[in-house]
Amino acid sequence: MSTDVTAKTPAPAPPGKSGTAAGGGLLQLVLDGLRRNMRQYGMLIALGLIVALFAVWTDGDLLLPRNVSNLVLQNSYILILAIGMMLIIIAGHIDLSVGSLTAFIGSMAAVFMVDNDIAWPLAVLLCLSVGAAAGAAQGFFISYLGIPSFIVTLAGMLVFRGLTEIFLKGQTLGPFPEGLQKVANGFLPEVGPDTNYHNLTLLLGFAVLAFVVFQEVRDRGRQQEFALDVPPMNLFVLKLVAISAAVLTVTMLLASYKGAPIVLLVLGALVVGFGYVMRNAIIGRHVYAIGGNLPAAKLSGVKDKKVVFLLFVNMGMLAALAGLVFAARFNAASPKAGLNFELEAIAAAYIGGASMSGGVGTVLGAIIGGVVLGVLNNGMNLVGIGTDWQQVIKGLVLLAAVGFDVWNKRKVGS
Amino acid sequence: MAGPVLEMRSIVKTFPGVKALSDVTLTVRQGEVHAICGENGAGKSTLMKVLSGVHPHGTYEGDILFEGEVVSFKDIRASEHHGIVIIHQELALVPYMSIAENIFLGNEHATRGFISWNDTLKHAAELLRRVGLDENPQTRVADIGVGKQQLVEIAKALSKKVKLLILDEPTAALNDEDSGKLLDLILGLKDQGITSIIISHKLNEIETVADSVTILRDGQTIETLDVKAAETTEDRIISGMVGRDLEHRFPERTPHQPEAGVAPALEIRGWTVHHPIDQQRKVVDDVSINVRRGEIVGIAGLMGAGRTELAMSVFGRTYGRYTDGVVLKDGTEIRTKTVSDAVKHGIAYVTEDRKHYGLNLIDTINRNISLSALNKVTKRGVVDEHEERKVSEGFRKSMNIKAPTVFEPVGKLSGGNQQKVVLSKWIFTGPDVLILDEPTRGIDVGAKFEIYTVIDKLAADGKAVVFISSELPELLGMCDRIYTMAAGRLTGEFSRAEATQESLMRQMTKDKEVNR
Repeated sequence: MSTDVTAKTPAPAPPGKSGTAAGGGLLQLVLDGLRRNMRQYGMLIALGLIVALFAVWTDGDLLLPRNVSNLVLQNSYILILAIGMMLIIIAGHIDLSVGSLTAFIGSMAAVFMVDNDIAWPLAVLLCLSVGAAAGAAQGFFISYLGIPSFIVTLAGMLVFRGLTEIFLKGQTLGPFPEGLQKVANGFLPEVGPDTNYHNLTLLLGFAVLAFVVFQEVRDRGRQQEFALDVPPMNLFVLKLVAISAAVLTVTMLLASYKGAPIVLLVLGALVVGFGYVMRNAIIGRHVYAIGGNLPAAKLSGVKDKKVVFLLFVNMGMLAALAGLVFAARFNAASPKAGLNFELEAIAAAYIGGASMSGGVGTVLGAIIGGVVLGVLNNGMNLVGIGTDWQQVIKGLVLLAAVGFDVWNKRKVGS
Repeated sequence: MAGPVLEMRSIVKTFPGVKALSDVTLTVRQGEVHAICGENGAGKSTLMKVLSGVHPHGTYEGDILFEGEVVSFKDIRASEHHGIVIIHQELALVPYMSIAENIFLGNEHATRGFISWNDTLKHAAELLRRVGLDENPQTRVADIGVGKQQLVEIAKALSKKVKLLILDEPTAALNDEDSGKLLDLILGLKDQGITSIIISHKLNEIETVADSVTILRDGQTIETLDVKAAETTEDRIISGMVGRDLEHRFPERTPHQPEAGVAPALEIRGWTVHHPIDQQRKVVDDVSINVRRGEIVGIAGLMGAGRTELAMSVFGRTYGRYTDGVVLKDGTEIRTKTVSDAVKHGIAYVTEDRKHYGLNLIDTINRNISLSALNKVTKRGVVDEHEERKVSEGFRKSMNIKAPTVFEPVGKLSGGNQQKVVLSKWIFTGPDVLILDEPTRGIDVGAKFEIYTVIDKLAADGKAVVFISSELPELLGMCDRIYTMAAGRLTGEFSRAEATQESLMRQMTKDKEVNR
C-alpha cells in the first residue's frame, strides 16, 4: 500500500537474519536497514532533521498548530503538481508548462465564475476539463508527433502564460463564490461534544492510523506466507511505532487548531489513489517500464504512446486542480499566479527520489520532496531569512539531495 | 616478401566469466592485406580491440610487436600515434559536422586553439582525392551515403599517417558497387605501402583482396593461409572456421515428425523489409519460411544476414520499413502490425539484445516477468501482487534463476540468469510460436545447457520454435530443420539429416546468387 514509505518494493531483510536477532542488536539492525534502504529513508530522515532544526530555531513556532495548518494550505498546490510531475518524470519526460497552466486555469475560473456567474461546481468541472484538454494537446504533440516534451511544454509555458494575461487583460479578477473558498480554505466541520480538540479530525487521524497499521501487518503476513524474508519483529514494531507517532502528532496538531483542512483530504485521496495506481494497476507498471527501458517496453507490447498521452492529460487535470485551489485561496485570479511552480514541482520530484533517466520514483517520494521544500520555505520565513537567501538555500538542498543519491547509487552499484 | 610489421604473440584476454581470447598469435607482413575470419564470437573484434588499445596494455596477457619493437598501448591515442588505426563496423563520424571537420576531429589544424579553415579544407580535399571521394569537404556527413562515409573514415585514418589500417567488416553495410570501390581502394593503399587488416565474413571478398588469411575459432588461432596458394579454397577456409569437435552436449531430442495435412503454426511468405534510413537497401528480401507445432526450426546466418531484422519486422513491425509479405498462423492470415497484435496471436520474440530490448534492468525479476502479460495477474484492473509473486516464484524455481528472491533487480543478475528471466517473461504470455534470437549469446556453458533444455521442453509441449543463431553446433544439435540466410536472402533449407557445418557455412557465406 502506498502508505508504506518503502512502497516500491517491500525491502526484505538480509537472509539469515530474519527474526532471530537479539534485542541488544536493535540499533545495529536499524542502521543496517537504513543503509540498505538509503534511497527510501534518506529523504525522510533529512525531512526529520529539517523539521527539528527549524523547530528549535523558531522556538517551537514551526510546530504551532496554526502554523502546521498553514503549512498544509500553503503547499497544497505544489504537492498536487508534484504528484503529476513525478509520474511524468518516471516515464522519462518533463512538463515545464504546469506553472503557466495553473495561472491559466485560475483565469478561466475567474471568467466562468466572476464574469459569467456560472455555479461554482459546474465551473470547477469546466476548469478540470479545460486542464485535461490542455494536457491532451501537449500530450498529442509529445507522444504521437514525437516532439520532445521539453520543447512542447516550454512552448506551453509561454502560450498559457500569454493566454492568462489576455483573458485577465493584465488585471487581477475576483472574488470567487463563497462555496469554492470554503472548500479551498476551509476545514472539516465541527461535530460532537466539546473536547478542546476537533472531533472529526481526531476520528479521521485514528482511522488513518488503524488503516496503516492494518496494512503493514497484513503485508508482513503475506510476505511470511510466501516464505519471504521479513524484517525482524522488533524492527517491525519500531517501524510501526515511528509511523504511529508521526500520524498521531500531525493529527493532534491539526485537531487542536481548526481541524483538518479539506484540501488535505483531497491531497490524501490523490496520494493514496495515485500511489495505488502506480503500484498496482497495469498502467502504473507500464509507466515504470517506459521510463526504465523504452525499447524493451515497446517490444513487450506496452502501448507507450497512449500511456504518455494519458500522463499528460492527467498532468493537465492536476494542474487545473492546483490552479483552482490557488485562485480560491487568494480569492482572485492573477496573471502572475503560479510563477515558478513548475520548477518547485520538478525539484520536489527530484528531491523525492526521481531519476533523470526515468523509471524510478514513487508518489510518496514526490510528497516528501514537496514537504521538504514547504518546511524549508515556511521555516525560513519564520526565522526571517530573506527570499534572496531562501532561493540560494533551496537550490543547494536540491543539489545536495540529488548529489547524495548519485553518490549513494554509485557506491552500491559498482 | 617483406618481414613482419606486426606480431601478436600468445594473446590471452579474459572478461568476467568468459575467456574471449586464449592464446592467439597473429603475424602480419609489411605491405600486405591480411584477412581475419571466423564465426561470430570467435574473438576477431576482441583481438583488434587489444591491438588498437581499446583494451589497454595490462588487461591482457601476451606481447605485441610493431615494427620490431614491443609496444604497450594505454589507449587508442597511443596506438594511433604509432600509425595503427581501426575503423569500426559502426562508423564513428559526427553526422552533423562537415567531412573536413570529421576528418580532423581531435586532430585539428589550429593555431593557439583557433581552427585555420584554409589548411583544414585544403588538406581535407587532398585526402579525399587520395581515397577517390568526389565530394566537397564542407558537405555534412549526414548528407552522404554509407559507402562514402566509409571513405571519409579512411581519409580520416590517412590524416593520422596510418601505417596499419584495420577494417572491421567494412562492406557489411555497403551495396555491391560501393563494396567494389572500397576493395579497390584497399588495394590502392597497399600500393602506397599501407598494410591492412580486414575482418570479413565474405569469402569471395577475401579471395579478391587479401594476400593471407588467419582463421580464428573459439578465441584461438587455427591457422594462417596464403590466399594466393592453389590449395587455399573457400572450402578450405570454411572447414577451418567450423572444424571444431562437436563435444557440446545437448539434451536428447526426438526429431519432430511433421503431421501431414496440418497447416504450419507460423508461416511467413514473401517477406520484404527495407532499411529504416537507407530506404534503397533491402534488409530482408522475399523471405518465406514456416514452422510447425512441436518443431524447432533454425535460422543460420552471419552478422548482417537479416535474421534479427526478419524476426523483429514480423513481430509487430518493430524494425525497418515493411514493404511486402504476409504472416499466416495455423493457415489463416493474421495482422501483426503492432507488438500487441503479435502477442495476441500467440507469437513471442525473445531478443538477441536482452539488455537493451529485453529487460528493464533497474526493475525487479517479478515485474520483468509479468510485464508482457500483466492482464494474467490482474483482477478488475488491479495487479494482484500475490498472484504475480506466486507466478514469478514459480519461474524462479522451474527455470532455476539464481537469485535470493524475485525482488532482486534484474541488472544484478548474470547473463545466463537474465536470459532465463526474458524467457520466463515470454513463456508467461502463453505463446504458440516462440522466436528465439541468439538465446545463448554471452552466457556460460552450464547455463547454455539449461536454456537448451527449456527450448527442448517447449517444443515437446507442442510450441513452434524458431531458433536464430550464429553458432552452428547448437543449431545442428537442437533443430529439426535449418534455413540459411545471407545478405537478407534465404539461401538454403536443410533437414536435420542433410545439415552439416560445412554445408551450412557454404550457404551462409554465399554473397549474391540465390540458391534454393
